[in-house]
Amino acid sequence: MTAPLGKDLLALEPLTPEQIRLILDTAEPFKEISERAIKKVPTLRGSTIVNLFFEASTRTRISFEFAEKRLSADTVNVGASGSSVTKGETLVDTARNLEAMRIDMVVIRHSASGAAQFLAERIESNVINAGDGTHEHPTQGLLDLLTLRDHFGTLEGRRVCICGDVLHSRVARSNIWGLKKLGAQVGVCGPRSLLPNAVSELGVEVFDRIEAAIEWAEALNVLRLQLERMQGGYIPSLREYNRVFGVTRERLERAPRDILILHPGPMNRGVEIDSDVADGPHSVILEQVTNGVAVRMAVLYLLAGGPPELAEAAKGGSDR
Amino acid sequence: MARDREGGTREQGTGKRNDPTRVVLRGGRVVDPSQRLDATGDLVLSDGKVENFWRAGDTTYGDDYRVVDCDGLVVSPGFIDVHCHLREPGREDVETIATGARAAAVGGFTAVCAMPNTQPVTDNQAAVGFVLRQGQTANAARVHPIGAISLGQEGKALAEFGEMVGAGAVAVSDDGRPVASAHLMRTALEYARTFGIPVADHCEEPTLAAGGAMNEGIVSARLGLKGIPSEAEEIMVIRDILLARRTGGHVHLCHMSTKGSVELIRWGKERGIRVTAEACPHHLSLTEDVVNGYNTNAKMNPPLRTEEDVEAIRHAVRDGTIDLVATDHAPHHYDEKEREFADAPNGIVGLETALAVVIKWLVRPGIIDLATLVDRMSVSPARTFNLPGGSLRRGAVADVTVFDPDREWTVDPARFASKGRNSPYAGHTLQGIVMCTIVGGRIVHQTAG
Repeated sequence: MTAPLGKDLLALEPLTPEQIRLILDTAEPFKEISERAIKKVPTLRGSTIVNLFFEASTRTRISFEFAEKRLSADTVNVGASGSSVTKGETLVDTARNLEAMRIDMVVIRHSASGAAQFLAERIESNVINAGDGTHEHPTQGLLDLLTLRDHFGTLEGRRVCICGDVLHSRVARSNIWGLKKLGAQVGVCGPRSLLPNAVSELGVEVFDRIEAAIEWAEALNVLRLQLERMQGGYIPSLREYNRVFGVTRERLERAPRDILILHPGPMNRGVEIDSDVADGPHSVILEQVTNGVAVRMAVLYLLAGGPPELAEAAKGGSDR
Repeated sequence: MARDREGGTREQGTGKRNDPTRVVLRGGRVVDPSQRLDATGDLVLSDGKVENFWRAGDTTYGDDYRVVDCDGLVVSPGFIDVHCHLREPGREDVETIATGARAAAVGGFTAVCAMPNTQPVTDNQAAVGFVLRQGQTANAARVHPIGAISLGQEGKALAEFGEMVGAGAVAVSDDGRPVASAHLMRTALEYARTFGIPVADHCEEPTLAAGGAMNEGIVSARLGLKGIPSEAEEIMVIRDILLARRTGGHVHLCHMSTKGSVELIRWGKERGIRVTAEACPHHLSLTEDVVNGYNTNAKMNPPLRTEEDVEAIRHAVRDGTIDLVATDHAPHHYDEKEREFADAPNGIVGLETALAVVIKWLVRPGIIDLATLVDRMSVSPARTFNLPGGSLRRGAVADVTVFDPDREWTVDPARFASKGRNSPYAGHTLQGIVMCTIVGGRIVHQTAG
């Protein structure tokens, strides 16, 4: 049987809408496992998974690790510091060494765009991209889609605006492709210096003013503003960023409707998002985190060759 | 003139047997735009010079002549590459002057100009002399050294152009790096006038290009790679043209890649400013789309651009706005390219595929004819850099390229004479192959069959 997703999950851009729906549908029954007293099923018993995190990460790494453990896989975590990487080993050598240890899957986070694909082309194990440079972060995109779908029922025709540093954001790219494939309308809003020059060719609405984005959108996905962007000369100050682009309660109160607030974390409270928005009634930020584990379980399950019927059974009669 | 003689029964010979410098290229189509010649006949070479051209006839030659059958082949003045990186001294693991000169001969180049970004930098007369000597012992294409503009290519102090020219340098360049200081560029153009050499500039505004890995556009936005905007090149192109106007110096613009650059060069030439420009085969054939999949063999600087840019450069080669084709041959060790895209080095090998790429992407589609190809790859480079060659006139140096413009072949980098394997054309079927390369009347390369 050919795996429904292929060997790897590297990006959302190459996936079909059906493949994305399959992952989201498969995540549904996995949500329930995390609610049990004994949060473990034997699905991946005997599989070995390496979490290869060349870049610091707390949330994504822990989320993957929980997903793996709840599926009973054996996992090893490798960080950049203290590994052979700091001794100058190249990525291709790291890949070959992993391969030689006969592992089943690699979850990779790396600062270089394309690193996950590079690895995937060189080893037979399944590779899951946990964020590569400024390219994509597909499981983050999927958990955002799942969270939005939980609230909207369907993404068809829904208006979602991605706010902030789209230029350097892998989360933004995965969101743009995933949302568009599921039929949503996608907007982006941020200072032009933090949007790709060719942004309009990505098939998105571009908003220069956050007020206009809020008037348009039904959900905002607020990106983290990396503090080094200021040193890089892309924006003058964090203070002004908050004044001009910050998602604040005052701005949301002027919106013609309730707006769902997402944030991939970690948040800079008082910069891109104000605390009373992050902690407010329309914030789904912690639901995203919960869904992250379920989506990653679904991806691991499907890549390991698990039959898609699980998703069928879970679907029921709801409009998905 | 030799070419005016009609064919007939003649005999040539001096009685010297097996003299390797006496060669007859018999029955080929001789294409030499330097004398507006395109005719079938025999080209006779002796003592390192072009001796005669006999129009098609049945001339017989004494057995002191080595006769090469060129029936169905094109015979042209030898190709000249004014821009390649031979890596010696410093990176002999990647290429040496000898292997580079051999790769050049395989590609039909009878002369190449070696860029000075070696380790150490070729920025003084001793270093220039070293490159020249290594080239002379290679027994392949001629190697003309290019000296650095600034000491160590650091963009600060002028290198000693006078002594370097005295030692054999034919131009100066800080290629690989831009000349960031407009003042230094101005001074270089003024100072180079004294010695009658071009200043070849790598046009890249460093603050705009910083950290860039490919063309800035939709592909870089999708792949999440930092882009290099066209303006990084164009800002320096217009700066250099304006400085050439101010100084009267000869600026040669390396590896032009954008439509905007073409328009600016046209503007400069229309005003009689001494600006010449080159384009590389890859910028005439490939677009940024080749980068998809993070293909490091599509990573070079300047980067592959858009179809619109490629189209503009092709037509600029036709109308002469771009004076010549140069390879920017840049070999790298295979494992240097076997890494994350952003960290992989820039550059591809080009000497052995240049002719076939130009034939496939410019001659076959009818953008240029064979005479224009020979002009842009031989006549014009010789004129622009004031080098020997570029003509098959009687008495000219016997640097000749014989090629089959129709024969198809599939690029297999493992078979390159260059040590470099980093080619974006691997697996491509190209048209046009060099059959014979002659330098100073000596055959330095011959393709079987």
